[in-house]
Amino acid sequence: MALHKLLRAAALTLVLLFFLFPIFWIVVMSFQTNEEILRLPPSLVFAPTLANYTALISGHLQTASGILDITFLHNLWNSILLSTCSVLLALVLGVPAAYAFARFRFRLGEDIAFTMLSFRFAPPLLVLLPLSLYFQDLGLNDTYIGLIWIYQLICLPLILWIVRGYFEDASPDIEYAYRIDGHSWWRAFTRIAIPLAGPGIAAAGLLSFIFAWNNFVFALILASADKQPVTVGALAFVTASGIQYGQIAAAIVLSILPTLALALYAQRWLVEGLSLGAVKG
Amino acid sequence: MSTTVIIPTPAKAPARPLLPRLLPYLLSLPALIVCIGILVPFFTAAWYSLQRYNLAMPLNREFVWFGQYLDMLTDPDFWATVRVSAVYAASTVGLELLLGLGIALLLRERTRFNNIVSVALLLPLMTAPAIASLMWKLMTNPNFGVLSWLVALFGVHDFRWASAPSSAMFTVVLVDIWVYTPFMMVLLLAGLRSLPQQPFEAARLDGVAGHFVFFRITLPMLAPYIVTATLFRMLDSMQQFDIVYAMTQGGPGDSLMLFQVRAYLDFFQYTNVGTSAALMIVLWALTYALSNVFIKQWLKLRERTHGAA
Repeated sequence: MALHKLLRAAALTLVLLFFLFPIFWIVVMSFQTNEEILRLPPSLVFAPTLANYTALISGHLQTASGILDITFLHNLWNSILLSTCSVLLALVLGVPAAYAFARFRFRLGEDIAFTMLSFRFAPPLLVLLPLSLYFQDLGLNDTYIGLIWIYQLICLPLILWIVRGYFEDASPDIEYAYRIDGHSWWRAFTRIAIPLAGPGIAAAGLLSFIFAWNNFVFALILASADKQPVTVGALAFVTASGIQYGQIAAAIVLSILPTLALALYAQRWLVEGLSLGAVKG
Repeated sequence: MSTTVIIPTPAKAPARPLLPRLLPYLLSLPALIVCIGILVPFFTAAWYSLQRYNLAMPLNREFVWFGQYLDMLTDPDFWATVRVSAVYAASTVGLELLLGLGIALLLRERTRFNNIVSVALLLPLMTAPAIASLMWKLMTNPNFGVLSWLVALFGVHDFRWASAPSSAMFTVVLVDIWVYTPFMMVLLLAGLRSLPQQPFEAARLDGVAGHFVFFRITLPMLAPYIVTATLFRMLDSMQQFDIVYAMTQGGPGDSLMLFQVRAYLDFFQYTNVGTSAALMIVLWALTYALSNVFIKQWLKLRERTHGAA
Protein backbone atom coordinates (compact mmCIF):
# COMPACT_ATOMS: atom_id res chain seq x y z
CA MET A 1 0.00 0.00 0.00
CA ALA A 2 2.87 2.36 0.86
CA LEU A 3 4.48 1.57 -2.47
CA HIS A 4 1.21 2.24 -4.22
CA LYS A 5 0.96 5.65 -2.54
CA LEU A 6 4.56 6.46 -3.39
CA LEU A 7 4.01 5.61 -7.07
CA ARG A 8 0.89 7.74 -7.15
CA ALA A 9 2.74 10.71 -5.64
CA ALA A 10 5.60 10.28 -8.10
CA ALA A 11 3.22 10.11 -11.06
CA LEU A 12 1.34 13.21 -9.93
CA THR A 13 4.60 15.11 -9.42
CA LEU A 14 5.72 14.27 -12.96
CA VAL A 15 2.34 15.27 -14.38
CA LEU A 16 2.32 18.61 -12.55
CA LEU A 17 5.92 19.26 -13.56
CA PHE A 18 5.21 18.62 -17.25
CA PHE A 19 2.07 20.74 -17.42
CA LEU A 20 3.08 23.64 -15.18
CA PHE A 21 6.81 24.01 -15.73
CA PRO A 22 6.54 25.73 -19.16
CA ILE A 23 4.30 28.46 -17.76
CA PHE A 24 6.55 28.90 -14.73
CA TRP A 25 9.66 29.09 -16.87
CA ILE A 26 8.27 31.69 -19.29
CA VAL A 27 7.22 33.86 -16.33
CA VAL A 28 10.76 33.56 -14.93
CA MET A 29 12.24 34.49 -18.31
CA SER A 30 10.05 37.56 -18.58
CA PHE A 31 11.76 39.01 -15.48
CA GLN A 32 15.28 38.38 -16.77
CA THR A 33 17.63 40.44 -18.90
CA ASN A 34 18.84 38.96 -22.17
CA GLU A 35 22.26 38.24 -20.64
CA GLU A 36 20.65 36.25 -17.82
CA ILE A 37 18.52 34.31 -20.27
CA LEU A 38 21.51 33.41 -22.42
CA ARG A 39 23.57 32.19 -19.46
CA LEU A 40 24.11 28.44 -19.17
CA PRO A 41 23.29 26.53 -17.05
CA PRO A 42 19.91 28.20 -16.54
CA SER A 43 19.60 29.60 -13.05
CA LEU A 44 16.80 30.70 -10.78
CA VAL A 45 19.10 33.08 -8.94
CA PHE A 46 18.85 36.51 -10.58
CA ALA A 47 17.75 40.06 -9.85
CA PRO A 48 14.26 40.35 -11.34
CA THR A 49 13.81 43.25 -13.73
CA LEU A 50 10.67 44.89 -15.02
CA ALA A 51 12.47 46.29 -18.05
CA ASN A 52 10.79 43.84 -20.46
CA TYR A 53 7.34 44.88 -19.36
CA THR A 54 8.08 48.60 -19.39
CA ALA A 55 9.45 48.28 -22.92
CA LEU A 56 6.24 46.55 -24.04
CA ILE A 57 4.00 49.05 -22.30
CA SER A 58 5.86 52.15 -23.42
CA GLY A 59 5.98 50.75 -26.94
CA HIS A 60 9.70 51.44 -27.45
CA LEU A 61 11.98 48.50 -27.79
CA GLN A 62 15.76 48.89 -27.50
CA THR A 63 17.33 46.58 -30.07
CA ALA A 64 20.81 46.15 -31.44
CA SER A 65 19.83 48.12 -34.54
CA GLY A 66 18.18 51.03 -32.74
CA ILE A 67 14.78 51.70 -31.24
CA LEU A 68 11.85 49.69 -32.53
CA ASP A 69 8.29 50.91 -32.09
CA ILE A 70 5.88 48.17 -31.14
CA THR A 71 2.12 48.04 -30.93
CA PHE A 72 1.73 45.15 -28.57
CA LEU A 73 -0.56 47.06 -26.23
CA HIS A 74 -2.79 47.82 -29.18
CA ASN A 75 -2.96 44.06 -29.94
CA LEU A 76 -3.98 43.50 -26.34
CA TRP A 77 -6.73 46.08 -26.69
CA ASN A 78 -7.90 44.42 -29.94
CA SER A 79 -8.12 41.07 -28.15
CA ILE A 80 -10.21 42.54 -25.34
CA LEU A 81 -12.53 44.32 -27.77
CA LEU A 82 -12.96 41.41 -30.20
CA SER A 83 -13.53 38.75 -27.54
CA THR A 84 -15.89 40.83 -25.41
CA CYS A 85 -18.05 42.07 -28.28
CA SER A 86 -18.20 38.62 -29.91
CA VAL A 87 -19.34 36.95 -26.70
CA LEU A 88 -21.96 39.62 -25.97
CA LEU A 89 -23.36 39.39 -29.50
CA ALA A 90 -23.33 35.60 -29.34
CA LEU A 91 -25.23 35.67 -26.03
CA VAL A 92 -27.88 38.03 -27.40
CA LEU A 93 -28.32 35.84 -30.49
CA GLY A 94 -27.67 32.44 -28.96
CA VAL A 95 -29.63 32.39 -25.69
CA PRO A 96 -33.07 32.96 -27.31
CA ALA A 97 -32.24 30.44 -30.03
CA ALA A 98 -31.10 27.90 -27.43
CA TYR A 99 -34.38 28.46 -25.61
CA ALA A 100 -36.33 27.88 -28.82
CA PHE A 101 -34.50 24.62 -29.52
CA ALA A 102 -34.99 23.43 -25.94
CA ARG A 103 -38.66 24.33 -25.42
CA PHE A 104 -40.32 23.92 -28.79
CA ARG A 105 -40.46 21.09 -31.25
CA PHE A 106 -40.79 22.93 -34.53
CA ARG A 107 -40.34 22.10 -38.14
CA LEU A 108 -36.67 22.35 -39.23
CA GLY A 109 -35.74 23.12 -35.62
CA GLU A 110 -33.47 20.13 -35.21
CA ASP A 111 -31.98 20.69 -38.69
CA ILE A 112 -31.15 24.29 -37.91
CA ALA A 113 -29.59 23.31 -34.59
CA PHE A 114 -27.49 20.66 -36.33
CA THR A 115 -26.35 23.00 -39.06
CA MET A 116 -25.14 25.48 -36.49
CA LEU A 117 -23.39 22.76 -34.53
CA SER A 118 -21.68 21.47 -37.65
CA PHE A 119 -20.03 24.89 -38.08
CA ARG A 120 -18.02 23.98 -35.02
CA PHE A 121 -16.45 21.06 -36.85
CA ALA A 122 -15.85 22.44 -40.32
CA PRO A 123 -12.21 23.28 -41.15
CA PRO A 124 -11.92 27.05 -40.65
CA LEU A 125 -9.69 27.64 -43.68
CA LEU A 126 -12.40 26.27 -45.96
CA VAL A 127 -14.41 29.45 -45.43
CA LEU A 128 -11.61 31.80 -44.35
CA LEU A 129 -9.63 31.65 -47.59
CA PRO A 130 -12.48 32.67 -49.94
CA LEU A 131 -13.72 35.04 -47.26
CA SER A 132 -10.39 36.87 -47.26
CA LEU A 133 -11.02 37.82 -50.91
CA TYR A 134 -14.50 39.11 -50.05
CA PHE A 135 -13.16 40.97 -47.03
CA GLN A 136 -10.59 42.72 -49.19
CA ASP A 137 -13.19 43.68 -51.79
CA LEU A 138 -15.60 44.98 -49.20
CA GLY A 139 -12.92 46.65 -47.06
CA LEU A 140 -14.04 44.58 -44.08
CA ASN A 141 -10.53 43.42 -43.20
CA ASP A 142 -9.81 46.74 -41.56
CA THR A 143 -12.96 46.77 -39.43
CA TYR A 144 -13.84 45.20 -36.11
CA ILE A 145 -17.35 44.40 -37.33
CA GLY A 146 -16.18 41.89 -39.93
CA LEU A 147 -14.08 40.06 -37.35
CA ILE A 148 -16.77 40.11 -34.66
CA TRP A 149 -19.17 38.60 -37.16
CA ILE A 150 -16.79 35.81 -38.10
CA TYR A 151 -15.94 35.19 -34.42
CA GLN A 152 -19.58 34.10 -34.07
CA LEU A 153 -18.40 30.87 -35.66
CA ILE A 154 -16.52 30.20 -32.42
CA CYS A 155 -18.96 31.58 -29.86
CA LEU A 156 -22.43 30.77 -31.19
CA PRO A 157 -22.25 26.96 -31.48
CA LEU A 158 -20.75 26.73 -28.00
CA ILE A 159 -23.39 28.94 -26.40
CA LEU A 160 -26.22 27.28 -28.30
CA TRP A 161 -25.29 23.81 -27.15
CA ILE A 162 -24.34 24.46 -23.57
CA VAL A 163 -27.27 26.77 -22.82
CA ARG A 164 -29.73 24.51 -24.62
CA GLY A 165 -28.80 21.69 -22.26
CA TYR A 166 -29.49 23.92 -19.27
CA PHE A 167 -32.88 25.01 -20.57
CA GLU A 168 -33.76 21.36 -21.17
CA ASP A 169 -32.76 20.42 -17.63
CA ALA A 170 -34.92 23.14 -16.10
CA SER A 171 -38.52 21.96 -15.86
CA PRO A 172 -40.93 24.08 -17.93
CA ASP A 173 -43.59 23.74 -15.21
CA ILE A 174 -42.42 26.82 -13.29
CA GLU A 175 -42.68 28.87 -16.46
CA TYR A 176 -46.17 27.51 -17.16
CA ALA A 177 -47.30 28.33 -13.64
CA TYR A 178 -45.93 31.83 -14.01
CA ARG A 179 -47.72 32.22 -17.35
CA ILE A 180 -51.02 31.03 -15.86
CA ASP A 181 -50.64 33.81 -13.31
CA GLY A 182 -51.18 36.12 -16.25
CA HIS A 183 -47.62 37.10 -17.11
CA SER A 184 -46.52 37.50 -20.70
CA TRP A 185 -44.32 35.00 -22.45
CA TRP A 186 -41.47 37.52 -22.51
CA ARG A 187 -41.60 38.02 -18.74
CA ALA A 188 -41.57 34.27 -18.16
CA PHE A 189 -38.51 34.00 -20.37
CA THR A 190 -36.55 36.83 -18.75
CA ARG A 191 -37.69 36.36 -15.13
CA ILE A 192 -37.85 32.57 -14.86
CA ALA A 193 -36.06 30.75 -17.68
CA ILE A 194 -32.92 32.89 -17.96
CA PRO A 195 -32.16 33.00 -14.20
CA LEU A 196 -32.65 29.22 -14.00
CA ALA A 197 -30.17 28.69 -16.82
CA GLY A 198 -27.83 31.30 -15.32
CA PRO A 199 -24.93 28.99 -14.47
CA GLY A 200 -25.05 27.51 -17.97
CA ILE A 201 -25.07 30.94 -19.57
CA ALA A 202 -22.12 31.99 -17.41
CA ALA A 203 -20.18 28.82 -18.24
CA ALA A 204 -20.89 29.17 -21.96
CA GLY A 205 -20.00 32.86 -21.96
CA LEU A 206 -16.75 32.21 -20.10
CA LEU A 207 -15.71 29.37 -22.39
CA SER A 208 -16.51 31.23 -25.56
CA PHE A 209 -14.59 34.27 -24.30
CA ILE A 210 -11.54 32.10 -23.73
CA PHE A 211 -11.86 30.38 -27.11
CA ALA A 212 -12.32 33.72 -28.87
CA TRP A 213 -9.29 35.16 -27.08
CA ASN A 214 -7.17 32.14 -27.97
CA ASN A 215 -8.20 32.07 -31.60
CA PHE A 216 -5.37 32.61 -34.02
CA VAL A 217 -6.28 31.64 -37.55
CA PHE A 218 -9.34 33.86 -38.08
CA ALA A 219 -7.45 37.07 -37.43
CA LEU A 220 -4.26 35.80 -39.09
CA ILE A 221 -6.13 35.51 -42.38
CA LEU A 222 -8.75 38.23 -42.15
CA ALA A 223 -7.43 41.08 -39.99
CA SER A 224 -5.26 43.94 -41.15
CA ALA A 225 -2.19 44.71 -39.02
CA ASP A 226 -4.13 47.36 -37.12
CA LYS A 227 -6.86 44.95 -35.97
CA GLN A 228 -4.80 41.94 -34.95
CA PRO A 229 -5.28 40.35 -31.51
CA VAL A 230 -2.41 39.22 -29.26
CA THR A 231 -2.18 35.72 -30.68
CA VAL A 232 -1.27 37.05 -34.13
CA GLY A 233 0.54 40.07 -32.70
CA ALA A 234 2.85 37.94 -30.56
CA LEU A 235 3.95 35.92 -33.58
CA ALA A 236 4.65 39.06 -35.59
CA PHE A 237 6.49 40.46 -32.58
CA VAL A 238 8.80 37.45 -32.42
CA THR A 239 9.80 38.02 -36.04
CA ALA A 240 10.24 41.77 -35.58
CA SER A 241 12.13 41.82 -32.30
CA GLY A 242 14.61 39.11 -33.27
CA ILE A 243 16.65 38.16 -30.25
CA GLN A 244 14.90 40.19 -27.53
CA TYR A 245 13.95 36.99 -25.72
CA GLY A 246 13.00 38.70 -22.46
CA GLN A 247 10.46 40.88 -24.23
CA ILE A 248 9.09 37.90 -26.13
CA ALA A 249 8.55 36.09 -22.84
CA ALA A 250 6.88 39.18 -21.35
CA ALA A 251 4.61 39.46 -24.39
CA ILE A 252 3.66 35.79 -23.99
CA VAL A 253 2.87 36.32 -20.29
CA LEU A 254 0.67 39.34 -21.08
CA SER A 255 -1.14 37.35 -23.79
CA ILE A 256 -2.01 34.36 -21.64
CA LEU A 257 -2.50 36.13 -18.30
CA PRO A 258 -6.13 37.24 -18.92
CA THR A 259 -7.41 33.77 -19.84
CA LEU A 260 -5.44 32.01 -17.11
CA ALA A 261 -6.66 34.49 -14.47
CA LEU A 262 -10.23 34.17 -15.71
CA ALA A 263 -9.99 30.38 -15.70
CA LEU A 264 -8.67 30.28 -12.14
CA TYR A 265 -11.20 32.83 -10.94
CA ALA A 266 -14.20 31.06 -12.46
CA GLN A 267 -12.89 27.48 -12.39
CA ARG A 268 -16.13 25.92 -11.19
CA TRP A 269 -18.06 27.22 -14.19
CA LEU A 270 -15.20 26.39 -16.48
CA VAL A 271 -15.09 22.70 -15.54
CA GLU A 272 -18.86 22.52 -15.73
CA GLY A 273 -18.95 24.18 -19.14
CA LEU A 274 -16.17 22.01 -20.53
CA SER A 275 -17.66 18.73 -19.40
CA LEU A 276 -21.29 19.64 -20.00
CA GLY A 277 -20.57 21.34 -23.30
CA ALA A 278 -18.95 18.27 -24.68
CA VAL A 279 -20.53 15.41 -22.81
CA LYS A 280 -23.90 16.44 -21.59
CA GLY A 281 -24.77 18.84 -24.36
CA MET B 1 -48.02 21.37 -37.66
CA SER B 2 -51.03 19.09 -37.36
CA THR B 3 -49.32 17.15 -34.58
CA THR B 4 -49.87 19.94 -32.04
CA VAL B 5 -51.41 18.56 -28.89
CA ILE B 6 -54.90 19.89 -28.54
CA ILE B 7 -55.70 20.87 -25.01
CA PRO B 8 -59.42 20.56 -24.29
CA THR B 9 -60.05 24.15 -23.30
CA PRO B 10 -62.62 26.41 -24.88
CA ALA B 11 -61.12 27.62 -28.13
CA LYS B 12 -60.25 31.30 -28.19
CA ALA B 13 -60.13 33.60 -31.17
CA PRO B 14 -58.03 32.04 -33.99
CA ALA B 15 -55.61 35.00 -33.97
CA ARG B 16 -53.92 33.86 -30.77
CA PRO B 17 -52.15 30.62 -31.77
CA LEU B 18 -50.21 32.42 -34.49
CA LEU B 19 -47.63 34.00 -32.20
CA PRO B 20 -46.83 30.82 -30.24
CA ARG B 21 -46.41 29.02 -33.54
CA LEU B 22 -44.06 31.63 -34.93
CA LEU B 23 -42.22 32.16 -31.66
CA PRO B 24 -39.53 29.48 -32.05
CA TYR B 25 -38.71 30.77 -35.52
CA LEU B 26 -38.56 34.36 -34.32
CA LEU B 27 -36.25 33.34 -31.48
CA SER B 28 -33.81 31.34 -33.57
CA LEU B 29 -33.92 33.48 -36.70
CA PRO B 30 -31.35 36.14 -35.68
CA ALA B 31 -28.74 33.49 -34.86
CA LEU B 32 -29.54 31.71 -38.10
CA ILE B 33 -29.25 34.84 -40.23
CA VAL B 34 -25.83 35.61 -38.77
CA CYS B 35 -24.68 32.07 -39.49
CA ILE B 36 -26.13 31.83 -42.96
CA GLY B 37 -23.66 34.44 -44.23
CA ILE B 38 -20.95 31.85 -43.56
CA LEU B 39 -22.49 29.58 -46.19
CA VAL B 40 -21.59 32.07 -48.94
CA PRO B 41 -17.78 31.57 -48.67
CA PHE B 42 -18.45 27.85 -48.23
CA PHE B 43 -20.16 27.63 -51.61
CA THR B 44 -17.53 29.92 -53.08
CA ALA B 45 -14.88 27.45 -51.93
CA ALA B 46 -16.75 24.57 -53.56
CA TRP B 47 -17.01 26.63 -56.79
CA TYR B 48 -13.30 27.57 -56.75
CA SER B 49 -12.35 23.93 -56.22
CA LEU B 50 -13.69 23.17 -59.69
CA GLN B 51 -11.56 25.82 -61.35
CA ARG B 52 -7.96 26.26 -62.27
CA TYR B 53 -7.58 29.62 -60.58
CA ASN B 54 -4.33 31.33 -59.67
CA LEU B 55 -4.52 34.96 -58.56
CA ALA B 56 -1.21 35.64 -60.26
CA MET B 57 -2.49 34.32 -63.61
CA PRO B 58 -6.08 35.55 -63.88
CA LEU B 59 -6.19 34.97 -67.64
CA ASN B 60 -5.58 31.24 -67.25
CA ARG B 61 -8.64 30.83 -65.08
CA GLU B 62 -10.83 28.02 -66.39
CA PHE B 63 -13.50 25.64 -65.27
CA VAL B 64 -12.14 22.09 -65.07
CA TRP B 65 -14.90 20.19 -63.25
CA PHE B 66 -13.24 17.61 -61.02
CA GLY B 67 -9.85 17.92 -62.71
CA GLN B 68 -8.09 19.18 -59.61
CA TYR B 69 -9.42 16.36 -57.48
CA LEU B 70 -8.20 13.84 -60.05
CA ASP B 71 -4.80 15.56 -60.17
CA MET B 72 -4.57 15.20 -56.41
CA LEU B 73 -4.77 11.42 -56.61
CA THR B 74 -1.47 11.28 -58.48
CA ASP B 75 0.16 14.18 -56.62
CA PRO B 76 2.84 12.95 -54.18
CA ASP B 77 2.51 16.21 -52.22
CA PHE B 78 -1.15 15.45 -51.54
CA TRP B 79 -0.34 11.98 -50.27
CA ALA B 80 2.45 13.42 -48.14
CA THR B 81 -0.15 15.70 -46.56
CA VAL B 82 -2.48 12.77 -45.95
CA ARG B 83 0.33 10.79 -44.35
CA VAL B 84 1.59 13.66 -42.16
CA SER B 85 -1.96 14.50 -41.03
CA ALA B 86 -2.71 10.87 -40.21
CA VAL B 87 0.49 10.49 -38.19
CA TYR B 88 -0.19 13.75 -36.37
CA ALA B 89 -3.82 12.94 -35.54
CA ALA B 90 -3.13 9.34 -34.52
CA SER B 91 -0.18 10.14 -32.29
CA THR B 92 -1.66 13.19 -30.58
CA VAL B 93 -5.06 11.65 -29.93
CA GLY B 94 -3.65 8.26 -28.92
CA LEU B 95 -1.14 9.67 -26.46
CA GLU B 96 -3.56 12.25 -25.08
CA LEU B 97 -6.13 9.54 -24.47
CA LEU B 98 -3.67 7.35 -22.55
CA LEU B 99 -2.27 10.26 -20.55
CA GLY B 100 -5.67 11.86 -19.94
CA LEU B 101 -7.15 8.57 -18.76
CA GLY B 102 -4.18 7.93 -16.49
CA ILE B 103 -4.40 11.36 -14.90
CA ALA B 104 -8.18 11.12 -14.53
CA LEU B 105 -7.76 7.81 -12.69
CA LEU B 106 -5.17 9.40 -10.39
CA LEU B 107 -7.52 12.26 -9.55
CA ARG B 108 -10.68 10.19 -9.38
CA GLU B 109 -11.48 10.64 -5.70
CA ARG B 110 -13.11 13.93 -4.82
CA THR B 111 -10.57 15.27 -2.39
CA ARG B 112 -9.64 18.91 -1.99
CA PHE B 113 -6.10 18.20 -3.16
CA ASN B 114 -7.28 16.39 -6.30
CA ASN B 115 -9.60 19.23 -7.20
CA ILE B 116 -6.82 21.80 -6.88
CA VAL B 117 -4.55 19.66 -9.08
CA SER B 118 -7.22 19.20 -11.74
CA VAL B 119 -7.82 22.95 -11.90
CA ALA B 120 -4.07 23.65 -12.13
CA LEU B 121 -3.83 21.16 -14.99
CA LEU B 122 -6.41 23.16 -16.94
CA LEU B 123 -3.99 26.07 -17.40
CA PRO B 124 -2.31 24.70 -20.55
CA LEU B 125 -5.74 24.24 -22.12
CA MET B 126 -6.48 27.91 -21.44
CA THR B 127 -3.30 28.96 -23.25
CA ALA B 128 -3.74 29.90 -26.89
CA PRO B 129 -2.20 27.04 -28.94
CA ALA B 130 -0.26 29.49 -31.12
CA ILE B 131 1.20 31.12 -27.98
CA ALA B 132 1.94 27.70 -26.49
CA SER B 133 4.05 27.01 -29.58
CA LEU B 134 6.02 30.20 -28.96
CA MET B 135 6.60 29.14 -25.35
CA TRP B 136 8.01 25.79 -26.43
CA LYS B 137 10.03 27.50 -29.12
CA LEU B 138 11.76 29.57 -26.47
CA MET B 139 12.32 26.49 -24.30
CA THR B 140 13.81 24.50 -27.18
CA ASN B 141 16.04 27.28 -28.51
CA PRO B 142 19.46 25.73 -29.32
CA ASN B 143 21.37 28.59 -27.61
CA PHE B 144 19.64 29.01 -24.29
CA GLY B 145 16.52 26.79 -24.26
CA VAL B 146 16.08 25.07 -20.92
CA LEU B 147 14.92 21.86 -22.61
CA SER B 148 17.87 21.81 -25.00
CA TRP B 149 20.12 22.19 -21.95
CA LEU B 150 18.22 19.43 -20.16
CA VAL B 151 18.50 16.84 -22.94
CA ALA B 152 22.19 17.72 -23.26
CA LEU B 153 22.59 16.81 -19.58
CA PHE B 154 21.26 13.38 -20.47
CA GLY B 155 23.86 13.07 -23.18
CA VAL B 156 21.72 14.02 -26.19
CA HIS B 157 23.71 16.83 -27.77
CA ASP B 158 22.52 18.85 -30.75
CA PHE B 159 18.95 17.68 -30.51
CA ARG B 160 17.35 20.15 -32.90
CA TRP B 161 13.68 19.84 -31.92
CA ALA B 162 11.40 21.51 -34.48
CA SER B 163 14.20 22.58 -36.83
CA ALA B 164 15.25 19.07 -37.89
CA PRO B 165 12.96 17.01 -40.13
CA SER B 166 13.50 13.91 -37.99
CA SER B 167 12.33 15.50 -34.73
CA ALA B 168 9.90 18.20 -35.94
CA MET B 169 6.87 15.91 -35.70
CA PHE B 170 7.90 14.82 -32.21
CA THR B 171 8.16 18.46 -31.10
CA VAL B 172 4.76 19.63 -32.35
CA VAL B 173 3.09 16.48 -31.04
CA LEU B 174 4.64 17.29 -27.66
CA VAL B 175 3.15 20.81 -27.73
CA ASP B 176 -0.25 19.42 -28.77
CA ILE B 177 -0.11 16.95 -25.88
CA TRP B 178 0.79 19.76 -23.51
CA VAL B 179 -2.18 21.85 -24.62
CA TYR B 180 -4.90 19.26 -25.13
CA THR B 181 -4.31 16.41 -22.66
CA PRO B 182 -6.15 18.47 -19.99
CA PHE B 183 -9.21 18.43 -22.24
CA MET B 184 -9.23 14.62 -22.30
CA MET B 185 -8.58 14.62 -18.57
CA VAL B 186 -11.55 16.88 -17.76
CA LEU B 187 -14.00 14.87 -19.87
CA LEU B 188 -12.85 11.49 -18.60
CA LEU B 189 -12.74 12.72 -15.00
CA ALA B 190 -16.34 13.97 -15.32
CA GLY B 191 -17.23 10.58 -16.79
CA LEU B 192 -15.44 8.59 -14.08
CA ARG B 193 -17.07 10.57 -11.31
CA SER B 194 -20.54 10.14 -12.77
CA LEU B 195 -20.35 6.32 -12.92
CA PRO B 196 -22.71 4.46 -10.58
CA GLN B 197 -20.90 3.23 -7.46
CA GLN B 198 -22.66 -0.11 -6.89
CA PRO B 199 -20.58 -2.28 -9.27
CA PHE B 200 -17.36 -0.98 -7.69
CA GLU B 201 -18.62 -1.63 -4.16
CA ALA B 202 -19.75 -5.12 -5.10
CA ALA B 203 -16.34 -5.82 -6.65
CA ARG B 204 -14.60 -4.56 -3.52
CA LEU B 205 -16.75 -6.74 -1.25
CA ASP B 206 -15.96 -9.75 -3.40
CA GLY B 207 -12.26 -8.90 -3.30
CA VAL B 208 -11.89 -8.64 -7.09
CA ALA B 209 -8.37 -7.79 -8.28
CA GLY B 210 -7.69 -4.18 -9.29
CA HIS B 211 -6.79 -4.79 -12.93
CA PHE B 212 -9.88 -6.95 -13.35
CA VAL B 213 -12.05 -4.12 -12.02
CA PHE B 214 -10.36 -1.71 -14.42
CA PHE B 215 -10.71 -3.80 -17.58
CA ARG B 216 -14.09 -5.39 -16.85
CA ILE B 217 -15.97 -2.62 -15.03
CA THR B 218 -14.32 0.80 -15.33
CA LEU B 219 -13.37 0.69 -19.02
CA PRO B 220 -16.66 -0.69 -20.38
CA MET B 221 -18.70 1.78 -18.35
CA LEU B 222 -16.44 4.63 -19.35
CA ALA B 223 -16.41 3.63 -23.03
CA PRO B 224 -19.05 6.14 -24.24
CA TYR B 225 -17.09 8.98 -22.66
CA ILE B 226 -13.85 7.72 -24.17
CA VAL B 227 -15.41 7.48 -27.63
CA THR B 228 -16.89 10.98 -27.37
CA ALA B 229 -13.67 12.59 -26.15
CA THR B 230 -11.58 10.75 -28.74
CA LEU B 231 -13.79 11.72 -31.68
CA PHE B 232 -13.89 15.31 -30.48
CA ARG B 233 -10.10 15.51 -30.30
CA MET B 234 -9.74 13.62 -33.59
CA LEU B 235 -11.85 16.23 -35.39
CA ASP B 236 -9.71 19.03 -33.97
CA SER B 237 -6.42 17.27 -34.55
CA MET B 238 -7.11 16.57 -38.22
CA GLN B 239 -7.56 20.31 -38.64
CA GLN B 240 -4.55 21.41 -36.60
CA PHE B 241 -3.05 24.65 -37.83
CA ASP B 242 -2.08 27.04 -35.01
CA ILE B 243 0.57 24.94 -33.29
CA VAL B 244 2.33 23.88 -36.47
CA TYR B 245 2.12 27.26 -38.18
CA ALA B 246 3.45 29.14 -35.16
CA MET B 247 6.23 26.60 -34.64
CA THR B 248 7.58 25.96 -38.15
CA GLN B 249 5.06 27.09 -40.81
CA GLY B 250 4.92 23.51 -42.04
CA GLY B 251 8.65 22.97 -42.36
CA PRO B 252 11.38 21.96 -42.28
CA GLY B 253 10.90 20.89 -45.89
CA ASP B 254 7.36 19.61 -45.97
CA SER B 255 7.70 17.42 -42.88
CA LEU B 256 4.70 19.09 -41.17
CA MET B 257 2.45 19.94 -44.13
CA LEU B 258 -0.90 19.25 -42.50
CA PHE B 259 -4.04 19.85 -44.59
CA GLN B 260 -4.74 23.37 -43.42
CA VAL B 261 -1.08 24.41 -43.42
CA ARG B 262 -0.70 23.33 -47.04
CA ALA B 263 -3.93 25.06 -48.05
CA TYR B 264 -2.74 28.26 -46.34
CA LEU B 265 0.60 28.21 -48.15
CA ASP B 266 -1.05 27.26 -51.47
CA PHE B 267 -3.30 30.28 -51.13
CA PHE B 268 -0.99 32.96 -49.79
CA GLN B 269 2.43 31.88 -51.02
CA TYR B 270 1.51 30.46 -54.41
CA THR B 271 -1.78 32.43 -54.81
CA ASN B 272 -3.31 29.18 -56.00
CA VAL B 273 -6.95 29.65 -55.01
CA GLY B 274 -8.17 26.59 -56.90
CA THR B 275 -5.93 23.93 -55.41
CA SER B 276 -6.24 25.29 -51.87
CA ALA B 277 -10.05 25.20 -52.17
CA ALA B 278 -10.00 21.61 -53.48
CA LEU B 279 -7.72 20.56 -50.62
CA MET B 280 -10.07 22.14 -48.06
CA ILE B 281 -13.11 20.47 -49.61
CA VAL B 282 -11.39 17.10 -49.22
CA LEU B 283 -10.64 17.86 -45.54
CA TRP B 284 -14.19 19.06 -45.05
CA ALA B 285 -15.60 15.81 -46.48
CA LEU B 286 -13.39 13.81 -44.10
CA THR B 287 -14.34 15.84 -41.03
CA TYR B 288 -18.01 15.96 -42.01
CA ALA B 289 -18.20 12.18 -42.15
CA LEU B 290 -16.43 11.88 -38.81
CA SER B 291 -18.51 14.61 -37.17
CA ASN B 292 -21.72 12.81 -38.09
CA VAL B 293 -20.50 9.72 -36.26
CA PHE B 294 -19.45 11.96 -33.40
CA ILE B 295 -22.74 13.83 -33.08
CA LYS B 296 -24.71 10.57 -33.04
CA GLN B 297 -22.46 9.23 -30.31
CA TRP B 298 -22.72 12.51 -28.44
CA LEU B 299 -26.51 12.51 -28.49
CA LYS B 300 -26.61 8.92 -27.27
CA LEU B 301 -24.37 9.79 -24.35
CA ARG B 302 -26.40 12.90 -23.66
CA GLU B 303 -29.61 10.92 -23.51
CA ARG B 304 -28.00 8.50 -21.08
CA THR B 305 -26.77 11.18 -18.71
CA HIS B 306 -30.09 12.96 -18.94
CA GLY B 307 -31.89 9.72 -18.25
CA ALA B 308 -29.68 8.96 -15.27
CA ALA B 309 -30.04 12.43 -13.79
